[in-house]
Amino acid sequence: MPLSFRGGVHPDDKKADTRKKAIEVLPAPGQVVLPVSMHIGAPAAPVVSVGEHVKMGQVVAETAGAVSARVHATVSGTVTAIEPRPHPNGTNVMSIVIENDYNDELFEGIKPVDRFHSIDAQELADIAEAAGIVGLGGAMFPTHVKISSSVGKVDTLIINGAECEPYITSDNRQMLECGEEIINGVTLLMKALKLDTAYIAIESNKRSAIEKIRRLIAKKDGLKLKVLRTKYPQGAEKQLIKSVCGREVPPGGLPSAVGVLNINVGTVIALSRAVETGMPLLTKVVTVSGSAVANPKNLLARIGTPLRELFSAAGGFKDNPYKVLMGGPMMGISQYSLDVPVIKGTNAILAFCEKEDAYSEQQVCIRCGKCVGACPMNLMPVYLHMYGNRGMLDECEKLNVTDCIECGCCSYICPGRLHLVQSFKNTKQRLAALKKKKGAR
Amino acid sequence: MLSEEKLIMTSSPHIKTEDDTRSIMLDVIIALTFPLIMAICFFGWRSLTLTLTAVASCIAFEWLYRYFMKKPSSIGDLSAVVTGMLIAFNLPVTTPMWIPVVGSFFAIVIVKQLYGGLGKNFMNPALGARAFLLSWPALISLWVKAKPLADSSFPLLKSISREALSPDVIAAATPLAKMKQGFLPSTPMPSVDGDIVSTLRDMAVGNIAGCIGEVSAIVLIAAGIYLIVRKVITPHIPLAYISTVAVLTYLFPRGGNDPLQWMLFSLTSGGLMLGAVFMATDYVTSPVSKTGRIIYGIGCGLLTVLIRYFGAYPEGVSFAILIMNVCVWAIEKISRPGRFGVKRFKKAGDTK
Repeated sequence: MPLSFRGGVHPDDKKADTRKKAIEVLPAPGQVVLPVSMHIGAPAAPVVSVGEHVKMGQVVAETAGAVSARVHATVSGTVTAIEPRPHPNGTNVMSIVIENDYNDELFEGIKPVDRFHSIDAQELADIAEAAGIVGLGGAMFPTHVKISSSVGKVDTLIINGAECEPYITSDNRQMLECGEEIINGVTLLMKALKLDTAYIAIESNKRSAIEKIRRLIAKKDGLKLKVLRTKYPQGAEKQLIKSVCGREVPPGGLPSAVGVLNINVGTVIALSRAVETGMPLLTKVVTVSGSAVANPKNLLARIGTPLRELFSAAGGFKDNPYKVLMGGPMMGISQYSLDVPVIKGTNAILAFCEKEDAYSEQQVCIRCGKCVGACPMNLMPVYLHMYGNRGMLDECEKLNVTDCIECGCCSYICPGRLHLVQSFKNTKQRLAALKKKKGAR
Repeated sequence: MLSEEKLIMTSSPHIKTEDDTRSIMLDVIIALTFPLIMAICFFGWRSLTLTLTAVASCIAFEWLYRYFMKKPSSIGDLSAVVTGMLIAFNLPVTTPMWIPVVGSFFAIVIVKQLYGGLGKNFMNPALGARAFLLSWPALISLWVKAKPLADSSFPLLKSISREALSPDVIAAATPLAKMKQGFLPSTPMPSVDGDIVSTLRDMAVGNIAGCIGEVSAIVLIAAGIYLIVRKVITPHIPLAYISTVAVLTYLFPRGGNDPLQWMLFSLTSGGLMLGAVFMATDYVTSPVSKTGRIIYGIGCGLLTVLIRYFGAYPEGVSFAILIMNVCVWAIEKISRPGRFGVKRFKKAGDTK
């Protein structure tokens, strides 16, 4: 019986279009746009100037603060602008624009780590920081902070290969094609953090990835495979930890509060590469799919590549795109421009035709309670919506609206087509604003 | 072709399940046709005309109200059809045709639309209508037992009087009325006028006197299973309700009867199965969480037995559900799902 958690929904996984498409290398674009915010935390500070020539792998923006991450040049060439540019999150963010000279001239400072077998936690964190590695599953939390804050608190390592969002197969392909690097990275983490056990968790719909990982860990001590029930949001941090080891991360807490370090498969690969070759994080595996895409595929793209280039490489649009998403259909962000770049957290870009859209004007709650059954955080969306719409923020807070992980299960399942999670995002923002105002007094 | 002129921006999620209010109501209507077919078998085609009259009036009142109140039409959600069917199912086949029309007006306009329409009413519209129609007790309590498939027995539309009943129809006391006096429906009561003996098999199949939609326990259970399989309802309310009635009637049989017999007759008599499957599970007027639904189901069962045992009226199902309807708000307050992440956990090697 595959492992699971309470609640969740079962959307059609739509992974068949790209599941068997091996990762193709997308040629570097003529220009890359590198936002200084491709992570949670303080934006990195640019350390190059317009007109400067930079090499591939050179730091162009430096960590600024305790929670922050470096940005590296992903091509060699000339810095042509440092200015606000459209970012996938919908705002304009300070970005470093580099004109590619197509030489891919490698930065001299890049070299493998010597003492490969005796790396301790702090050294591993330093390597992650130097390589600009962040959580590549989409959350983009700086990995060095995660590692150093786990020292002494963690007894279990979970590698997240759940990939529960429909359409996306980038983690699946990486498990199939870079399995050895995953095992390598996990071993590094286990040694550095002195852990006996690590679980690699994969949803049951990825049979070939499960087989591959099973073969690779056959003779490894302490490495265990956990097959998870195919259910959204199985890959969400708190739900994954609950499924794998039955622990519930407390409200507002981090996985380390229950002794768990949880890292995405892509992040582990990046970590393994940073140690073995010294290469910082320059590329990202991106699934390009959706009903408007002519030839859906998986691409290895330089970070900073405009979405336009990826869609072109996937045969362009066979139908007029109505909506373009970065990320999956459950939590992805809709995009208004194809000029926004691939960032570190980009695991998929999707383009849909009009008929796929689920937006509805007529909304009537029939109190069916399906949202309550589907909420993986044990909330009561029906009441949060009712109170939120009337501006009763206190009631929403009492019903723990701040626990909402915005997975979208409630909106997905709602037969009355209510915009539930959308309204909770709003309520949370209003609550946060209110707290700030109170604090200022 | 890489144009982006008309990209639309919305908040996630961007996909939705195909099931909407209309498809759910359609499933309920499909489930309701199971007992409707049995009603036609046992009481003839007049059951169908009664049902159609109620459905047509519910749709008409819903449309008229929304039209005159300048609100968008809501008949497309099919909830009025469900209400209409349930109103008819709670009436005996001898009911005059104007009764379901008046009931539909009360259910749709007073109970549902005046409170804001679907999802806003605090009691089940069909049950509200049934309680209201008890203002004319004489008109909705001519119970009959017809010979199966005696489809020519009743006029399709004209009113029926006790005197004018055709010879193959018997005016009969319902099994519940006999149980009210402490007798099993299978016990002959020669002293009582119009007494009929109903075996447990009659009770289960529905070959008994009663409201047209409530008689066949087996078919109603099948309809309930259909709704559960289609994920329209969860099993919590019907199971809690029926089990509570089963336990109470087994523990406290009346008239010195065998507990098992008394329990089985209690479960198959009256509106219990119809109420447990279709009425108590009405989304709008029942709790949204699993715990809440169990509490609510137990409450319905408890009140049903109390009313059947101690009330003036033989049947307790509709009043029990109506009473629990108005308790839903309180039940919701005490039945919230436990917060995620407040349970304590054990670390590997933790000894505490």
